[in-house]
Amino acid sequence: MLIAFYIAGVIAVVSTIMAVTRSNAVHALLYLIVSFLAAAVVLFVLGAHFAAALEVIVYAGAIMVLFVFVIMMLNIGGETEKAKERWLVPKRWIGPALMAAILFAILSYAILNQPVATASLSIVEPKTVGISLYTQYLLGVEIAAVMLMAGIIGAFHLGYTKRKSKHRFLKGE
Amino acid sequence: MSETWTYILVIAGVILAALTIAAGNIFIERRLLSLWQDRLGPNRVGPFGILQVVADVVKIFTKEDWVPRFADRGIFILSPTIVMITTMIVFAIIPLSPGIVVADLNIGLLFFFGFSSLGAYSLVLAGWSSNNKYALLGAMRGASQMLSYEVFMGLSLMGVVMMTGSFSMVDIVEAQKNTWFIVPQFVGFLIFLIAGLAESHRIPFDIPESESELVAGFHSEYSGMKFGMFFVGEYLGITLISALTATLFLGGWNGPAFLPPIAWLLIKVFGMIAFIILLRAALPRPRYDQLLGFGWKILLPLSLLNLLITGAIILST
Repeated sequence: MLIAFYIAGVIAVVSTIMAVTRSNAVHALLYLIVSFLAAAVVLFVLGAHFAAALEVIVYAGAIMVLFVFVIMMLNIGGETEKAKERWLVPKRWIGPALMAAILFAILSYAILNQPVATASLSIVEPKTVGISLYTQYLLGVEIAAVMLMAGIIGAFHLGYTKRKSKHRFLKGE
Repeated sequence: MSETWTYILVIAGVILAALTIAAGNIFIERRLLSLWQDRLGPNRVGPFGILQVVADVVKIFTKEDWVPRFADRGIFILSPTIVMITTMIVFAIIPLSPGIVVADLNIGLLFFFGFSSLGAYSLVLAGWSSNNKYALLGAMRGASQMLSYEVFMGLSLMGVVMMTGSFSMVDIVEAQKNTWFIVPQFVGFLIFLIAGLAESHRIPFDIPESESELVAGFHSEYSGMKFGMFFVGEYLGITLISALTATLFLGGWNGPAFLPPIAWLLIKVFGMIAFIILLRAALPRPRYDQLLGFGWKILLPLSLLNLLITGAIILST
């Protein structure tokens, strides 16, 4: 099972890098979806089956479909891609890349100096996740619910328009 | 060693059976539709016209398979395979007989939700990569339809999960030894059936490809076997929804002992397929906004109410 973990991990890293470097937005999103699926496989191999299923359903299946939906309607290409090439001159990205490289070095140093942690292979049942969500982490679940409610009300407010009738007889109503 | 071989045999059997039933559905649908519409239907090729499917497959394989110059080539070729893979893989969790199942996952139902939501990409990417306005409109409709109906599909099955206490399909079938879940969960059954039809964009809800408005919707630019994969994918979807309904609500392989369990499962699956075909013969296509409004304003509150009542009854007993 460990070999599956490493293969999925490599796929996740490679596809995330591809997602960042693609100039075509839809291709980048496809790589991002592959990266989410690889992360789900990693979770599954580690025994967190429920989290793996949710990763596929929520991230790869719902949120990314919405992203693709929006990108699809924007019809990016041609002029915007040329403009993007003009923005991405080395002068712009070399500073952040250097700082990110320093952070990466620190992170790898910290990880390498940790005592060796073996991947735990205990299987977590969906029931266990549910019980801990509704006892130990109840407050978090409720805060998330309230935030979602606020989001729904906000979306309703933005999308609400008074119904207008275009018909010549019903115009006054 | 022998265990590995039985395993491989079961997997091969499931793949073969699913594909055969999906292809056979085309024939069954045409004959049943013609029966309900007072016509004869295809009856020339082979006994009762049963070889019509073979003739159609030969025809579709030898057709010109053309990728338009303006299409995004890679994604255009990739997207018909997605619908086939995501539908075929879910057959792995359906228990065929006591002890015979490809994968008894403890997240069985969630596995199905995951792959059915990934199936939306097939349609969306096909529409986008075709670079055609009708295809794009079809893809947009398909994406919003599938995204909305996934929500109630998940909620409608939670009643079954609560009564079983597990996501595992094997446990769900075992729990129906005495009463099928269609009796206590009738509302859940109805919502699941409607949502399942919308998920597989099957005829009363085939709005993404409604040919009277959008030429052929998301697969306007497809020809040859790439179109064939969308076509078979739709019939695979029908087979999958029928098999899941039979397993989740009609007791799966449970039945009187004079027939083997697999026969009971097949009878129920074919009964559901015939019912879905009857729906095609009987119902007109709703308008796009009617479909979404019906989903969010009627099915969502209904499935939440069903969840609440089921939970209250389970808690009080």
